[in-house]
Amino acid sequence: MNLRSKINNQIFTFKSVTDVLAKANNEKSGDALVGLAAETATERVAAKLCLSKLQLKDIYENPVIPYEEDEVTRIIYDDVNTAIYKKICNWTVSELREYILSSKSTQNELLNISRGLTSEMIAAVAKLMSSMDLVYASKKIKVAGHCNTTIGLPGTLSFRNQPNHPTDNVEGVLASLKEGLSFGCGDAVLGLNPVEDNVENFERVMMAIVGVKEKYEIPTQCCILAHVTTQMQAAKNGVPVDLMFQSIAGTESANKAFGISAAMLQEAREIALKLGTSTGPNVMYFETGQGSEISLDCHHGVDEMTLEARTYGVGRRYSPFMVNNVSGFIGPETIYTGKEVLRADLEDLFMGKLHGLPMGIAPCYTNHMKADQDDQEMGTMLCAMAGANFFMGVSGGDDCMLNYQDTSFHDDASIREILSLRPAPEFEKWLEKMGIMENGKLTDRAGDPSIFDK
Amino acid sequence: MDNQIEKDIVESVLAKLLEQGILNPSAKATPATEAATGSTVDTDSEPVTLEPMDFIGIENPNNLEALKVMRKSTPARILMGRAGARQRTASLLNFQADHAAAVDAVFKDVSDEFLAEHNLFKVRTIVKDKDEYLMKPELGKKLSDETKREILDKGDKGKQVQIIVVDGLSSTSIEANIADVMPALIQGLETQGITVAKPFFIQYGRVGVMDEVAPLMACDVIVQFIGERPGLITADSMSAYMAYRPDHNTVEAERTVISNIHRGGTPPAEAGAHLATVVKKMIDNKVSGVKLAELMR
Repeated sequence: MNLRSKINNQIFTFKSVTDVLAKANNEKSGDALVGLAAETATERVAAKLCLSKLQLKDIYENPVIPYEEDEVTRIIYDDVNTAIYKKICNWTVSELREYILSSKSTQNELLNISRGLTSEMIAAVAKLMSSMDLVYASKKIKVAGHCNTTIGLPGTLSFRNQPNHPTDNVEGVLASLKEGLSFGCGDAVLGLNPVEDNVENFERVMMAIVGVKEKYEIPTQCCILAHVTTQMQAAKNGVPVDLMFQSIAGTESANKAFGISAAMLQEAREIALKLGTSTGPNVMYFETGQGSEISLDCHHGVDEMTLEARTYGVGRRYSPFMVNNVSGFIGPETIYTGKEVLRADLEDLFMGKLHGLPMGIAPCYTNHMKADQDDQEMGTMLCAMAGANFFMGVSGGDDCMLNYQDTSFHDDASIREILSLRPAPEFEKWLEKMGIMENGKLTDRAGDPSIFDK
Repeated sequence: MDNQIEKDIVESVLAKLLEQGILNPSAKATPATEAATGSTVDTDSEPVTLEPMDFIGIENPNNLEALKVMRKSTPARILMGRAGARQRTASLLNFQADHAAAVDAVFKDVSDEFLAEHNLFKVRTIVKDKDEYLMKPELGKKLSDETKREILDKGDKGKQVQIIVVDGLSSTSIEANIADVMPALIQGLETQGITVAKPFFIQYGRVGVMDEVAPLMACDVIVQFIGERPGLITADSMSAYMAYRPDHNTVEAERTVISNIHRGGTPPAEAGAHLATVVKKMIDNKVSGVKLAELMR
């Protein structure tokens, strides 16, 4: 294994595979914060050069966090298909990149080698890709999920209707929910982030949203994004649960800070399958984001992009219905500029897809970052081109509860129109029945939530 | 202390401030500032303004009355209508204006004129500029030895309460609320016989900076006003963090926080008078944060 490279007449020596992985990253504030980032532009490319020549087995044999010390490492290694790994373990990362980009490699080939790749290998190859490489490669893979309905089918683009309210006021939540539905948003999930995380509030807001779903016979799934323990208790109490939501991270210690473990996620999935209300088989909804481990000081000296890949390694064990990436939400100490968010969104979409996950993206930002709605819209357009399964839908792009900005109901409708994408099939039929959509286009009635009131 | 006594203190403080003319009974609007104008500007007409946020922009709605009820139910940006699938011009500009206010709150500094007007001397954490402040949160909790000497030199050591004003993530919130909240707090503390040190301003500060200040000034309680991360609904929201004798061993659960201080939330003068009663409880019980909340239950 060669950890030295020469470029622009300078020789660089890297300390370890972990060091090469970190320094090969495009610029992100979080890697600089914890002292892992390349110090010069030349060092960054030198690390990419070094990484390109590493063999996949070099990465396999040098886990960024030891197997014995970290549950996430154990999940990743235990889930690798060794027959497939053995076929490709002598490939360099450069060869893996060119295999992925090759015109001969389609979804079938890529999902097959995916089973032999560790998350760190997937991070490694993404570090050798430019923005358009990432879009080009992402576009090849589209994994659908089925809960009550199917999202992620070719030619479709779905949305989570996110009707958040600063006090969980049901009337206010339903106003936003109806507005979103009237724009064709909600085929991925009707999903609220509750202000108050307890079983009573969970039941109150869930029943309000389920009430709308049942009254108008909407083919979709409902989710209240409380902590997974709250959702499990609610399911045990007989409250309808279609999808189990949880934020996950790429180290055992960060997951512990989130109050979860592999065993708990397994239990949550079993409860959703046993006591939940949906058809399945995909009953989990995960959220992830580059930098969460750094924010929690649980990064173990590993860069934020590699840790994000490890997060997908966790996610794939539980056959989720949807994995949503919110890298722009974590904060300026991990991702500072619009350019950093856009890069992270494309990396994350690709890395998730190469893990075989049904990926969506929330190209989002907070007000203390150097980013604005134009960056947000560019992120949405690029990730839609790259074949994201879904985006969020937030009224006017402004989440008045979480205080950040994300894809709006207007953007949802626009991006479908720009790229000629359709809603999930069952949901499109429902939109036609409600007179909101005709032949894939919004009608004059669309955008008026009072169509749900006589 | 029961709620009635607290209510009485708050009311008497507010009454006194009104009497002294420190508080203006009608909500003060920030005077509009005149930006540079060109040569052929029509200054006789009223300036153009943004569309009101409660405007319903949906054409030919199915049920206008239902929309009016919805409009009152949430601050979310709904009922704006559309141009094709895009936003109407007016609602697009409203969004941009609100984001601009949030960005300015984060990236602009509290002005020196404002600090002079409120007799706040200014010091800085070890952070060198706004970018570093945002990307390296830990640095915003630390003061250099030189800065500590400056604080000792200009401030009052050994009083019961030290008030500090910290920009945090919204300089706008500091400029919008301090004028009302500080006199109410000081008046409330002095009414209860509590001594108050000279307040000062810390630039590029985080909540944890109080852990450096309290041991330095040998005070019992720190009251720290700090700008909250702005949302698009308001950029004016400020928090007050308080702790009993905080130091480097203090954990977050030992701080008491009153957040959402702004004209549309907890009004600043009312918040200041209320804070005085909270500080009194901290001094009497020698505790803050979760433990104080448990005692008060």
